[in-house]
Amino acid sequence: MFDIDVWQEIFATIKKNKLRTFLTGFSVAWGIFMLMILLGSGNGLQNGVRTQFASNSVNMMWLWAGETSMPYQGLKEGRSVKFNNADYTFLKGMNLDLELVSSRYYLPGNIVYTYKNEYGTFETSSCHPSLKLMGNMKVTSGRFINDLDINDYRKVIVIGDNVRLALFKDVDPLGEYINLNNVPFKVVGVIHDKGRRNDDERTSYIPISTAQRIFNGADRVHTFAVTTKMVTTVEEADSITADVRKAMALRHNFDPKDKRAMGSFNLLAMYIRTMKIFQAIKIFVWIIGIGTLIAGIVGVSNIMLILVKERTREIGIRKAIGATPGSVIGLVLLESILITTVAGYIGLLFGIGLMEAVNYGLEQAIGSGEGERIFFRNPTVDFTTAITAMVILIVSGALAGYLPARKAANVKPIEALRND
Amino acid sequence: MIQIKDLHKSYEMGHNSLHVLKGLHLDIEEGEFVSIMGSSGSGKSTLLNILGILDDYDRGTYYLGGKLIQGLNETKAALTRNEMIGFIFQSFNLISFKNAMENVALPLYYQKISRKKRNQIALEYLDRLGLKEWARHLPSELSGGQKQRVAIARALISQPRIILADEPTGALDSATSLEVMEILKEINDQGKTVIIVTHEHDIAAMTKKIIKLKDGVIEEVIKNGELLAFKNRVSTE
Repeated sequence: MFDIDVWQEIFATIKKNKLRTFLTGFSVAWGIFMLMILLGSGNGLQNGVRTQFASNSVNMMWLWAGETSMPYQGLKEGRSVKFNNADYTFLKGMNLDLELVSSRYYLPGNIVYTYKNEYGTFETSSCHPSLKLMGNMKVTSGRFINDLDINDYRKVIVIGDNVRLALFKDVDPLGEYINLNNVPFKVVGVIHDKGRRNDDERTSYIPISTAQRIFNGADRVHTFAVTTKMVTTVEEADSITADVRKAMALRHNFDPKDKRAMGSFNLLAMYIRTMKIFQAIKIFVWIIGIGTLIAGIVGVSNIMLILVKERTREIGIRKAIGATPGSVIGLVLLESILITTVAGYIGLLFGIGLMEAVNYGLEQAIGSGEGERIFFRNPTVDFTTAITAMVILIVSGALAGYLPARKAANVKPIEALRND
Repeated sequence: MIQIKDLHKSYEMGHNSLHVLKGLHLDIEEGEFVSIMGSSGSGKSTLLNILGILDDYDRGTYYLGGKLIQGLNETKAALTRNEMIGFIFQSFNLISFKNAMENVALPLYYQKISRKKRNQIALEYLDRLGLKEWARHLPSELSGGQKQRVAIARALISQPRIILADEPTGALDSATSLEVMEILKEINDQGKTVIIVTHEHDIAAMTKKIIKLKDGVIEEVIKNGELLAFKNRVSTE
């Protein structure tokens, strides 16, 4: 089948009908081009949303204490729930698929930072060392809070990049002391909180134990940030939330259904829901894309039918001198597959090329700091999808050629060769 | 070589059935040079199509080279045609985008002979027909006589047992017609059975046996010795 004569014949017919072949091929190329653009855009949107999620680990969950709003076991509503260090130990020790736990004590009032003659008010957060992993924080120099800091109530601070710029300018902040409300803290690290917006980079972190001791917190904790087991369904994620709520309700005597006694937010459940929407979008895109492709294929089929009709005489000659129906079918099928595959490949290249160009532009924008709010990232199509599209093309080429090929195989030499 | 007994063939034309061949008997020996004549509607084209396995028949038997040709499927019919029969057509039926050599080599392509080898054989045949210099030319660059010679080379290349020619000179002027008939005669001299369908008496008269068809049966068979008388008869008509 794959010998030079077959190709020679195919190219001869293509050459004879250049414009027609081009138009046919164009419809297929257009179909695949649109498919690539749609898929790429879908991916871009999904990646954009994923990037927004990426400011934290997607399996994160927050718990915050509030005031009860339902009576529970003979107790009135309106009681405030107070977390403490024991809850931290409990959460860490309980086998509830929680992997990392960090607690936070809110520092009272505005904290004024002073370093030599520079000063400013910045957000200060207290935490455990594991927050660094949860928040996807990047330590640009020095280190983050560690367990020794917690155990020894060390007065150390990890500052945001903006704090460094505001207070230190060109001085290396590591080892320097900043006064927080006149209490000196040693700078041990600078972080760049990658996923966050610029404002949030002002946040600095101190060990929770130190915060509680210096800012009169006793053993109080305001919020917990935990990571949960990576599950794949919303139901599983929700059941983890329910388990945690139940355990905490038991410890603090409130109704597990009481959302105001303890607030909770499970990012993973939301993440899974969002990604499900994108899966639906993807299916939708494929349906549209394949619809467009079918229009192209019908075009190819149509052209091949006309071609077979025009070549009836030639096919008749071939059959008279010994061409089997099989060889005639092969000829038509191969031509159809060739047109769809080549045209489709060109469409594929243009589609991918365009999306890569868009991606390049986006990267430039993001790189220059302008793209922080761009909801569209890496709008490209992966290799597997491209291969799938290619396979679909070849199959559709064969489908497009099938009817015309059968028609060609049924050409009767006597009718084809009749002198008229 | 060819034995046909009680051959019937009719065509369906809407509700009517057109009975074309009505119990035809025909024997052609190996090495004969036969022409089939008849007015239009006599059934000569139908007979040629059946002989060439291009069409099926309704009743009777047809043996080609000792083999019963009946109810062959398309693939088998194609293979038998390729192996046993060489066709020459009135309108040459060369493939327009292939040069002379490739046209001649085409039957060998369907025998799965390598490109190099079949082109070499095609050149030999073209050489025999005096067309070696024209091997690389497309049919559109050849004269009518040259085209028919290319077609003859194509018919010969698969070394068939019989050559079937349908009005081989129909599209040629008389000088070229003579030339083509000379070639066919030479082919016959080399031992091949040649059957031509024609309505031209002087062409028919150059063969060794004339079969006249009328209304789907053989009306008259004129053998070698009587050809001269036939010629005279025709010229006085």
